[in-house]
Amino acid sequence: MDDLLSEFLTETAENLATLDLELVRLEQNPNDPSLLSNIFRLVHTIKGTCGFLGLPRLEAVAHASENVLGKFRDGELEVTPQAVTLILASLDRIKMIVHALEQTETEPEGEDGDLIAALDAMAAGETTITIETAAAGAQAAAAEEEMAAAEMAMDTADDVGNRPGEVSLDELEAAFLAAPGPEDMPAPPPAAPAPAAAPVAKATGSDVVAKNGGGVASAETADSAVANQTIRVSVDLLENLMTMVSELVLTRNQLLQIMRRYKDTEFTVPLQRLSQVTSELQDGVMKTRMQPIGNAWAKLPRIVRDLAHELGKKIDLKMIGAETELDRQVLELIKDPLTHMVRNSADHGIEGIADRLAVGKSETGTITLNAYHEGGHIIIEISDDGRGLNIDKIKQKVIQNGLASEAELDGMTLQQIQQFIFKAGFSTAAQVTSVSGRGVGMDVVRTNIEKIGGTIELNSREGRGSSFVIKIPLTLAIVSALVVACRGERFAIPQISVVELVRASNNSEHQIETLNAVPVLRLRDRLLPLVSLAKMLNLDDQPAETGSDSFIVVTQVGTYTFGIIVDRVFDTEEIVVKPVAPILRSISLFSGNTILGDGSVIMILDPNGIAAATGEIGVGQDEKHGDAVSTEVLASRARTSLLVFRAGDESPKAVPLALVARLEEIDCAKLEWSDGRPVVQYRGRLMPLVPILQGYEVKRTGTQPVLVFADQDRSMGLMVDEIIDIVEDRIEINLKTERPGLMGSAIIGGKATEVIDAGHYLQQAFADWFDAEAQQELAANQLGKRVLLVDDSPFFRNLLTPLLTVAGYEVTTADNATTALTYCEEGRDFDVIVSDIEMPGMNGFDFAQAVRGSRWQDVPMVALSSHTSPRDLDRGREVGFNDYVAKDDRDALLQTLSQTISVA
Amino acid sequence: MANDLVTRRTTEITDPSTEASQQYVTVFIAKQMFGFPVLDVHDVLGPQRITRIPLAPPEVAGSLNLRGRIVTAVDMRRRLGLPQAEGGVGKGMSVVVECQGELYSLMVDQVGEVLNLTHELLERNPATLDPMWREISNGIYRLDKQLLVLIDVNRLLDFSRAQAA
Repeated sequence: MDDLLSEFLTETAENLATLDLELVRLEQNPNDPSLLSNIFRLVHTIKGTCGFLGLPRLEAVAHASENVLGKFRDGELEVTPQAVTLILASLDRIKMIVHALEQTETEPEGEDGDLIAALDAMAAGETTITIETAAAGAQAAAAEEEMAAAEMAMDTADDVGNRPGEVSLDELEAAFLAAPGPEDMPAPPPAAPAPAAAPVAKATGSDVVAKNGGGVASAETADSAVANQTIRVSVDLLENLMTMVSELVLTRNQLLQIMRRYKDTEFTVPLQRLSQVTSELQDGVMKTRMQPIGNAWAKLPRIVRDLAHELGKKIDLKMIGAETELDRQVLELIKDPLTHMVRNSADHGIEGIADRLAVGKSETGTITLNAYHEGGHIIIEISDDGRGLNIDKIKQKVIQNGLASEAELDGMTLQQIQQFIFKAGFSTAAQVTSVSGRGVGMDVVRTNIEKIGGTIELNSREGRGSSFVIKIPLTLAIVSALVVACRGERFAIPQISVVELVRASNNSEHQIETLNAVPVLRLRDRLLPLVSLAKMLNLDDQPAETGSDSFIVVTQVGTYTFGIIVDRVFDTEEIVVKPVAPILRSISLFSGNTILGDGSVIMILDPNGIAAATGEIGVGQDEKHGDAVSTEVLASRARTSLLVFRAGDESPKAVPLALVARLEEIDCAKLEWSDGRPVVQYRGRLMPLVPILQGYEVKRTGTQPVLVFADQDRSMGLMVDEIIDIVEDRIEINLKTERPGLMGSAIIGGKATEVIDAGHYLQQAFADWFDAEAQQELAANQLGKRVLLVDDSPFFRNLLTPLLTVAGYEVTTADNATTALTYCEEGRDFDVIVSDIEMPGMNGFDFAQAVRGSRWQDVPMVALSSHTSPRDLDRGREVGFNDYVAKDDRDALLQTLSQTISVA
Repeated sequence: MANDLVTRRTTEITDPSTEASQQYVTVFIAKQMFGFPVLDVHDVLGPQRITRIPLAPPEVAGSLNLRGRIVTAVDMRRRLGLPQAEGGVGKGMSVVVECQGELYSLMVDQVGEVLNLTHELLERNPATLDPMWREISNGIYRLDKQLLVLIDVNRLLDFSRAQAA
């Protein structure tokens, strides 16, 4: 059965049951306004829902009843037992129809003209009914009166559309029923009103049904079967149940822990069973709390519609994954932030129609909501294709609000500046509209999301739109936590905040360094601020238990990443967060406490609290991590991770990090010479070592740092003096060079740096590095084939052109899609097009679409990209790429090209 | 929790104030006898494993697990401004009381018997009593051999007052 219908049936059955009781009570207290309005409301609800669901028969009856009730409520009609009976009769009719609905999912055949007429008559103020019946016993007369009244009503009557022919008989019946003798209703004893009235109502109901029911046997079974399948349970009860189950899980864990110490005992099997049942119970109870996220979205289409209307925009709201379920408690907490963000997108994000057309977008803006599960989390993406964040406006506002100085802003990355929108009192809307821009906003959103252990990330490109990614735990009841020790005390850190663990000691690669007594750690290419848990918790007076070794829990709060120094790291455990005693609430470093499997109490650290206690959180801080993430997403088209090193001379050199397999330090004693070249035994094979310059002095003692380039089972080492850093920068070759092995000089990390041509060295090590065999095989059919290479990066153009030329292709390059398309217009032809995806201006996808719509529609296309997610692949295929190759995989490129050409 | 010596629940429906005599659980802290109304006392515990809580007020000794409930342990010596016992914290016994829905385990040196005391023996706090003690005492019972300080649990656990004092 349709969900909507079954929900309606459940709800209506409940409402009807309430109505029965309320009506009887109304008879007792005819002038109780609250009772009246409650009854009116219930009937109104039924009517409203029927109309919505397209149930005309039900709606007509409910509507007529509502009319009468409305008159009661407004005091235009007096509440009389007869009136109540009539209403009850119509309720029974409703029940009958509902019952039939339940069985057949359609309204039963039949007419309700009788009832409706009677009701209308009453609404029309036919007090005669009342008078006549009050005169007692004159049933026939009453019936006649009733009929007359009904006919009168019919004449004046509205929209019901009864056929007059049918009315008389039914009407008579209704009138008969509506006019009970005084012995039936002699002001029933106040003690038991319900039984006195209800049977009458029931009886009338059945009778009417028998006449009009259209095959439905009896309304006595109106106790809905659907209604019986679902029950409403108070949320408190469920919460309690959840707490109990959580406790059970903890106790189970405790038992399991004890059992680990004993091998085979008679308890093993029952305990396993208990454990399994507990897990199932936990799942089951969790399910009762799960609700589809669509519930939180239900209001959004309306909000967006209204907004679009008000602002004169065209906005399309796409909702994907509305059925994704999450904990009710979490759902409640994210409802408002979500609504707020969608409003924001509609108001600030999406441009007006004229603006959109001016920048070449379709006039309808799109806001996309996408929810899906990932691990123990639910991810919600809110994205729009609007104008994106205006960096200049943000900067202006930042300065205006004194959040940062101009100089500080200049030193910040795009991402860092964007983060300012999460600051309190920040709004880039030039004008405060009724919709948004009141400066209460993203800071609250972020706070709310972080409160429930979630994170929010922002990506925005000016002119292209913004997207927010919210990651929240599925449930708050049981969380996974990492147990750590510090000075003999154990603490739990919620797993969601933990990014990674690093072991630091004096003789390992990770070593804690200090800057003016502030500990920091070099982690890969970043300097990670550290906080000592011992110091934060004032446990510093005791000696650390593990000597010089310590562990660093790399923690992320929002976009702020920092390391917490602890002495030891234990396991992760599922824990139930319990609030701390009131006296401890003021300690912001703890978010709660819990009982571990071994029965001991443990405090749960609050990463937000710790971050706040370190003094810096959010924007001002060097948000290195957030930076890195965003760079990947936003600017990978322009930026490349580069390994900077020194070799031979003083000038720094760089090579794309993606090309380097490993960094090794080779003991010079292990260097051997073969064929006049230094080699080293490396992983059971000989690896040739290549100097960066001819005549490079190979060291005889100490260690030799080597960049290892590997491909399948072959590897080659490039000897360098020193590895300096890894930087992320765009490669713009400023000075070209003729020197072999160098692509030219570029400014990298603010310094003039020589970018080396890895391909040159690879061929030095193995002349056939680029798989000569495969080439020869393929050469025949690719000789002279024309390739158009479209890539904005000179680096890759320079890297690939020789490669393709060597393989026998005739290569033409274009540094952007527009240039490539002019070739098309100029009438040039190619056998295959190789195109980058991320390019400024027209990107690869758009380019492919343009090509498919042009003279070149049959030219095979191969996409080239640095990240190849399945989604990209699908999209690529959709727009017309024949294949997809990772940028740094040369062999694959050659093979793909050859295959693509031969297929075509 | 094999160490539960006495388990008592506040289920008896009696109004102590109307009774002529009342029952008290007696405890000893630094040789001084104190009394808790017997109906306030949930449990009497032996030595427990206590988790220390860094940054907590000094009188909070830590938390412990009492049949799945987390109970805050209060170091009574610190609370009363007495010197620390030689055996160290956590070696003695504890009395578990409830205050505003929360359980607290009050760490004392020793738990004595339950006494039935009449009102005639109750005396107001001497004016010279240490203010810290006066704050938490509901009066002094004159017993034959010694004096018993009657503790007001609510005020004892109102730490904000203690800190202000």
